[in-house]
Amino acid sequence: MSVEPKDPSIGVDEWVARSAQRAEYAPGWRGQAQRRWERIGWWPRLGIAALAGAAVPLLTVNDFQLQIGINALLLALLALGLNISVGWAGLLDLGFIAFYGFGAYGFALLSSNQLSTSGVHLPAYASVPIVMVGAACLGLMVGLPSRRLIGDYLAIITLFFGEAFVEFTNNVATNKLGGPNGIVAIDPYKAFGAQITTNKGYFYLLLILLVLTMAALHLLDTSRTGRAWRAVREDPLAAEMMTIPVNRVKLMAFSFGAVVAALAGTVFAAQQISVFPTDFDTTFLILIYAALILGGAGSIGGAVLGGLILSVTLDGFLRSPTQSGYLFYGVILLTLIVKLRPWWRLIAVVAGTALFGLVVHAIVHAVSASAVAGGPQSSGWIADLVRNWVVVPRNPAAAGNVGFVLLLGLLIALVQVRGRWRTVLLVPTLYLSVCVWEGRLVTVPAITRQILIGAILIVMMNARPQGLLGSRRVEVV
Amino acid sequence: MHFFIQELVNGLTQGSLYALIALGYSMVYGVLKLLNFAHGDLYMVGAFIGYFVIQWFGGPMALSVPVPLVLLVMFVLAGGGVGMLGVAIERFAYRPLRDAPRIAPLITALGVAFLLENTMLLLFGASYRDYNTSAFISFSTGIHIGPLNVDIVRIMVIVLSIVLMFALTMIVNRTKLGRQMRAVASDREAAEMLGINVDYTIAATFFLGSALAGIAGVMAGLVFNQIYTLMGFVAGLKAFTAAVVGGIGSIPGAMLGGMLIGIAESFVTGYISSTYTNLIVFGILIAVMLARPTGLLGRVPLQKV
Repeated sequence: MSVEPKDPSIGVDEWVARSAQRAEYAPGWRGQAQRRWERIGWWPRLGIAALAGAAVPLLTVNDFQLQIGINALLLALLALGLNISVGWAGLLDLGFIAFYGFGAYGFALLSSNQLSTSGVHLPAYASVPIVMVGAACLGLMVGLPSRRLIGDYLAIITLFFGEAFVEFTNNVATNKLGGPNGIVAIDPYKAFGAQITTNKGYFYLLLILLVLTMAALHLLDTSRTGRAWRAVREDPLAAEMMTIPVNRVKLMAFSFGAVVAALAGTVFAAQQISVFPTDFDTTFLILIYAALILGGAGSIGGAVLGGLILSVTLDGFLRSPTQSGYLFYGVILLTLIVKLRPWWRLIAVVAGTALFGLVVHAIVHAVSASAVAGGPQSSGWIADLVRNWVVVPRNPAAAGNVGFVLLLGLLIALVQVRGRWRTVLLVPTLYLSVCVWEGRLVTVPAITRQILIGAILIVMMNARPQGLLGSRRVEVV
Repeated sequence: MHFFIQELVNGLTQGSLYALIALGYSMVYGVLKLLNFAHGDLYMVGAFIGYFVIQWFGGPMALSVPVPLVLLVMFVLAGGGVGMLGVAIERFAYRPLRDAPRIAPLITALGVAFLLENTMLLLFGASYRDYNTSAFISFSTGIHIGPLNVDIVRIMVIVLSIVLMFALTMIVNRTKLGRQMRAVASDREAAEMLGINVDYTIAATFFLGSALAGIAGVMAGLVFNQIYTLMGFVAGLKAFTAAVVGGIGSIPGAMLGGMLIGIAESFVTGYISSTYTNLIVFGILIAVMLARPTGLLGRVPLQKV
């Protein structure tokens, strides 16, 4: 293949980039499998994925694991909604979280005793459509500035809309909205006598909603509207010349995204039975962005995959020190295996790190016994394995902090150097990261989580801006 | 009337802080067309550096050196340190993305802000720390006429901010570096062809902008006493508002915007209610943006086709 959009791909549009990507498929069985998978059509693929998802509750009986699944599906649904405005229409919407909050609060108000003094207490089959229509209107309203503002200015105004939502729910009409105490005792999803109260029920409900949304969005993506969104994203002026009603198309993107988010919000409120303003703060918005970026903006499968991976990683693994250890060492090993070629470099680095650790541990132990007295803060066989290898002093917090700052410096240095020096520098970096992990990060999972999200955003943007499944975005000049 | 003046002074104090942070936003936006979301967190880092300088000199109760010297060291270290941090962030997070689609550096900036905030949280915890300014700068110094109380710290903050803004204006308008900055802001490629060292100019811009944020952080610690690791987000957001209301990319605009937001906030808190302060400030922003999408002093960008 002679299509070579490798590096300076300026001037190549999305369609050319996509065909180039197809030509770039790996040779051998991996490329073969990828091509097979792409050839079987979108709805059988979606069906296979849905069946795989439906099998998950059969594998576990644990309510906590189902809760993780529910969170993951919710994040996937939200990433899908965000994908409409950010991935397809190219409108940077930083107020997206407010639509989610609107859905949750809307459902909470209509389907609880909160408004019963004015005689409003609706069943879910009435309140969910009302909330969704309301969200569509709200989306139109918030989208209105996009008629005049573009790019960063739009981002700012939507960001303020998101902040205003949190302020609003915190401070306005506290007797109805509950202020910081939120709304509690919300009805479950129920229709015609049946109601969903178990986690398993909500898992399946979310799975069905997710699959339906994916199908609907796929149809939308391949329709005139979907093509119009991408045209507006690439070049609004040219799109306008092609008689695309740019403003209407932008408003539609906001509106559709808002509806998806509000739908997720209603399920969230019904499943949690309570909503609080802090559920909808900017931290969560950044998590949704991270999910979308990780999976690949502009791709339905990518958005869902990003949401699932991120949520399961952060909620599932990072809760317990042992499991987060598996994740930590697994990711490091996997990265090394993928990135270090040929195989003898991989062996050299791993063996070098092991040796380096032994030497450092011996030296530090000889100098001061208390400097290695801490031992790993995690437990399990991995901790036993590295017990006499890592340097963790008796007071691990302070040393771990210094180590963390050093580690950041080493990582930056690692990115800067090239060739042989990078391999050499990799050894102390790996060793230090294990020490910091065992000494400090394991003990503060909440902060580690946030640091990871930040790191994912930065690393993805620098290494693979199109995400895992996204197609290469190309700036047209 | 006293109440009015009191609130005006409070507003001006708060406004100068916003203006200093907003200047950094605006300058960085000018040269890179990038909204540096990490900027608010640089302000937080500055406040922490100031706090540790006080501790290093023996704590607020028993300073081992004269107060002016402590203040000088605080401002210099916070300005210099945060400035270097800003340059490092630009070098390692934003420079590789300079020719990427616009959304990439923006998302990276979100990531940097998140990373910075949580690194500080890891290192120093979530607890509030107290500058305890009144222990070494007596509250009774300053202007006290009847019920009107303007302490020396507030006067210092306002005066120093004005001096810094004046100095910055001079740098941008009168020096070679300023000319280079303006050239890069108006057209980076053309500037590069004319032999301007673009990398250096952008790094210098980040240094100046970040240093101002660091100094503003120290000032915030001195005036409001309490600092914490998440203080950067809301302040950054407000400063961001200020930069936008004034017209992002415009230096006098950032100052005007900062002062306006500060005074508006102070009057809303004083005369209406502190509950609605943020809502009203956001409302002002949205109204200004819709009426004048480019801000009060911003210029309408020419669209090249």
